[in-house]
Amino acid sequence: MSDIKAPVLQDYVPIPELHPGAMAGVKPFKASAEHQAALGFPGTLVDDWKAVAIKRLGELVDGSRALKVYLDSCVKCGACTDKCHYFLGTSDPRNMPVARQDLLRKVYRRYFTWAGRLFPWLVGATDLTEDVLDSWYTYYHQCSQCRRCSVFCPFGIDTAEVSMAAREILDSVGVGQKYCNEILGKVHKIGNNLGLPEPALRNTLEGLEEDVKEATGVDVRFPVDVVGAEVLLITPSADFFAEPHIDGLIGYAKVFHQAGISWTVSSQASEAANFAMFIGSREQMQKVAQRVRDAAIALKVKRIVVGECGHAWRVAYAFWSTLIGPLDFLDPRYPRPQHICEVTEGLIARGALKLDPSANDDKVVTFHDSCNVARATRMGDRPGGQFTVPRSVIRSVCAHFVDMDPATIGDRTFCCGGGGGLLTDDLMELRVKGALPRMQALDAVVQGKKVTHMAAICAICKTQFSKVMPYYGLPREMVISVHQLVGDAIVLGAKE
Amino acid sequence: MAYEVDGKTINADEEGYIINLADWSEPLAAIIAKSEGLEMTPNHWEVVNFLREYYNEFQIAPAIRVLTKAIGKKLGPDKGNNKYLYDLFPYGPAKQACKVAGLPKPTGCI
Repeated sequence: MSDIKAPVLQDYVPIPELHPGAMAGVKPFKASAEHQAALGFPGTLVDDWKAVAIKRLGELVDGSRALKVYLDSCVKCGACTDKCHYFLGTSDPRNMPVARQDLLRKVYRRYFTWAGRLFPWLVGATDLTEDVLDSWYTYYHQCSQCRRCSVFCPFGIDTAEVSMAAREILDSVGVGQKYCNEILGKVHKIGNNLGLPEPALRNTLEGLEEDVKEATGVDVRFPVDVVGAEVLLITPSADFFAEPHIDGLIGYAKVFHQAGISWTVSSQASEAANFAMFIGSREQMQKVAQRVRDAAIALKVKRIVVGECGHAWRVAYAFWSTLIGPLDFLDPRYPRPQHICEVTEGLIARGALKLDPSANDDKVVTFHDSCNVARATRMGDRPGGQFTVPRSVIRSVCAHFVDMDPATIGDRTFCCGGGGGLLTDDLMELRVKGALPRMQALDAVVQGKKVTHMAAICAICKTQFSKVMPYYGLPREMVISVHQLVGDAIVLGAKE
Repeated sequence: MAYEVDGKTINADEEGYIINLADWSEPLAAIIAKSEGLEMTPNHWEVVNFLREYYNEFQIAPAIRVLTKAIGKKLGPDKGNNKYLYDLFPYGPAKQACKVAGLPKPTGCI
């Protein structure tokens, strides 16, 4: 832990007194020329960056009517101001969503609206200068693209789209973010965000087979590249590496084992994450997604199941059909990708898994809705399934479940503080402070309802929480995978 | 940034991970550890040495679970857990221990 000071938890999160410039000095490391080149971006700030940036902005606006509407229609009503976790945690007024998005909007107005061209001073339009570019880099890397503010916007402005556009423009002029761009390079080169080569993947999974055998006496397999398996599991590589993620992976394996579903991971597409969404690059997003299609065809699978990863589920659910569709080679009964939670819920509903919830009797569990799952996707076939399916799974395997404050869950969930490509050590101050609203809501149920664990279905959320919770006096071990609860409650070998 | 070892300058990235993995030496590890506020003990060395062995074979640091299992086998079951590793490397066994061991930083959602 570093000496970052977390805000003090109170009975509720107050709207802070403004501190202009409080976070002006917090920005992530820039991508090296090498990381930029691997994605086809210029290595350093290009000479004619101003012209390039304005041209790119114009192309983005021309290419997306939605973006144009988002840039044109804000009336500065202020409904979004206190909805952002980063504003609440940092008190920097530029982290009010309206102010952050205006950093781009005021430049758009200057070059792309007649009023801004003729009377910039009347309509808050400004020239693109080096300072403005710098403010984009700083503050568009203080937005986790969680879209909570959009829920409260009377116009439905999707602020994440504005942040994504800004990052795309920054990349196009040669100013990329190290964390995201280095990782995307590894996906292309090695197959996953971690840079986990195939032999290491196989070694890790063999180790898990031994562990499960030792703990349960049952041979649960963790297959790699098995041609003809029914299911291709696409999961974040953190599930192969980090704690508490890996217990979720063990849970998926136990579910497949007990249900008699043959499955495999792919060494070529050993990653669910698609960080290209964070940097707003459609081209990169397509390239990263294509690996999944190629792997599914090569392995001749009938279904694609996505593990616990928030933005990956958004990409799979909302974008795969246009990026890599049609997925018409899949079993017509499962024509679209499925979330592991809906698979597990379905199996529980038809009695395919024998469960002993008393295995989790030592826990009182709450659930953190991940932003991309909550506000951009669905699970199952019911409206709101993205909220009810994971909760139904948890309730089936755990007797003690309570929700946090309704204003902080469901479609109003607060970001963990590390989403959208900000889960990097160089932004630790932002991450600690941005976790405030979630930590406050969690602490309230820890104090009031004796909650011992918070389950999550996103690799970023799990890592972020286990890193920042100690700053708030909460133990990192509280964070668990939903499928850890499932895995612990499954009675293996007891199939009827 | 850079480290000074016996009058030699060893280049590192912004976060202190050395650039050229062949530059690593035990004196350098001790210097990196010191800049992280760590005093190297035999227990720290056990972790660092295991990381380096694993990296030599697989070109990546081991999963935390692989590391805890290996340390548990070597130093006893009471030490084969996450808490023990966090006590040794408070900023997290994956990243901080890798830095000291002269390995690249593991990236991704970890």
